[in-house]
Amino acid sequence: MRWQTIKAILKKEFVTYFNSPIAYIFIGVFLVVSMWLFFQDFFLLGQATIRGYLSLLPWIFLFLTPAITMRLWSEEKRSGTIEVLLTLPVKDSEVVMGKFLSSLAFLGVNLLLSLTLPITVAIMGPLDIGPVIGGYLGALFLGAAYLSLGLYISSLTRNQIVAFLLAIVASFIFFIIGSNMVVDSVSLWLAKILSFIGLGSHFANIAKGVLDSRDVIYYVTFIAFFLFLNTRSLSSRHWK
Amino acid sequence: MIKIKDLTKKYDDLAAVDNISLEIKEGEILGFLGPNGAGKTTTMKILTGFMAPTSGSIDFDGLDIIEDSIAIREKIGYLPENNPLYEDMKVYEYLAFMGRVRGMKRDQLLKRMKVMIELAGLKSVLKQPIMELSKGYRQRVGIAQAMLHDPEILILDEPTSGLDPNQIVEIRSLIKKLGEQKTVVLCSHIMQEVQATCDRVIIISEGKIVGQGTPAELTAGVSGNDAMYVKIKGNEGVILEEVVKLEDVIEITKADKESEDIRGYNLTITAGKDIREELFKLAIDNNWSILESRKEAASLEDVFRKLTKS
Repeated sequence: MRWQTIKAILKKEFVTYFNSPIAYIFIGVFLVVSMWLFFQDFFLLGQATIRGYLSLLPWIFLFLTPAITMRLWSEEKRSGTIEVLLTLPVKDSEVVMGKFLSSLAFLGVNLLLSLTLPITVAIMGPLDIGPVIGGYLGALFLGAAYLSLGLYISSLTRNQIVAFLLAIVASFIFFIIGSNMVVDSVSLWLAKILSFIGLGSHFANIAKGVLDSRDVIYYVTFIAFFLFLNTRSLSSRHWK
Repeated sequence: MIKIKDLTKKYDDLAAVDNISLEIKEGEILGFLGPNGAGKTTTMKILTGFMAPTSGSIDFDGLDIIEDSIAIREKIGYLPENNPLYEDMKVYEYLAFMGRVRGMKRDQLLKRMKVMIELAGLKSVLKQPIMELSKGYRQRVGIAQAMLHDPEILILDEPTSGLDPNQIVEIRSLIKKLGEQKTVVLCSHIMQEVQATCDRVIIISEGKIVGQGTPAELTAGVSGNDAMYVKIKGNEGVILEEVVKLEDVIEITKADKESEDIRGYNLTITAGKDIREELFKLAIDNNWSILESRKEAASLEDVFRKLTKS
């Protein structure tokens, strides 16, 4: 993979987000919804912690990340530009990587803007920085995992709405199978597998401020797997 | 030189391209002519490395279409059917993006962009989003994109579809100009276009090559008989009856009608024969006046219809 090619695609996709008003609406909605949900009971609890916010993030991401990834492939397929793009001297994997990184960069912008929240809390009371850093790192990993899944799903259809809805469903399934509700209701050996596969259980660890290499390896593997599936689905056009 | 050998592409069981072999020589403008759905676009998609063939091979100066796909794509400029573009980008953004993905250096990219903007006449729309452009300008952006990296081979799939007559003439002359230095493969279902621009024509129907050669060769090869048009003033019934009695006239049909007793007729004549004199004598004998007469050369259109009619 050549970084120059990836960079060109990353840059183009990133700029495209901001070329339409959707990006701004999107960031606005994300910030307003997350702040509102957080401050709803923040003053009632009276504690300088953003743990409540971090536990909300996976649910907000569930709707947010599919919206980021839905157009990335399906729009190319619908308009036919995929034919221009994939007849350029680029590897499929480079394009996949470029698109993935652009979506991650956009998510990063959202998270960066949401830093106002811990800053506000820190002004009001003594905030423990460790969990905040851990929480944001976890959010980035979790978001990246959702994005790789959503990007793959976008490559399966030429309809953005279908890509959006399917990505929500798929992300939800991956998130829920690791949750207590599911894990507690199945036999022990299955529970172990499910809680390992589930996206949510790993996030809980990191959000507590514990950065375990197993969680990091899990997320990286998850992302790599779906990016690989993505290049496979692109090469299906070569099938004889 | 591109050598296409036994190329076949099947969609499920339907063969879109069926065992095609041909050579594309360096520096020629090759026309790919065929009715819609004949397999032209599929062939172009394989040629540009977008799809792999079911079987067969393509060789670009010793490079293989599957093994060396990236190296081959560097040599190709491609304008796909319907000219898809990133609608929300501005014209200069689009060109710059294409150059960067191709790995062009900044100086070189700026230089080439200048050349292409000049050549395609894009100066006035540079800062406009592509979605706001007219069809003619969009087509020029597509061609500028295809030419940006100064490719050896230019593949254009229906470059003039949807354009008005003035734009068509413009684009055709642009293609001719480009064709002076490049190998150009031009796909079209429009006969005049191919006749006006191409050195050599491949006619393809239902995935198979049904004819190839220069436009002149093709028209000469196919028309077995000569055709002639005459406009005669006289009694229609008698004319139809008498003319066909001439030795070399195979058939006479009514073509058009100017007034009650002036009509045009199409004659089919044995190849290579000249009947003008006899026809003249016949007219004198019957007291008709010949108002107009011309020999009709078989057009590429006739060739096309004849070859692609199943």
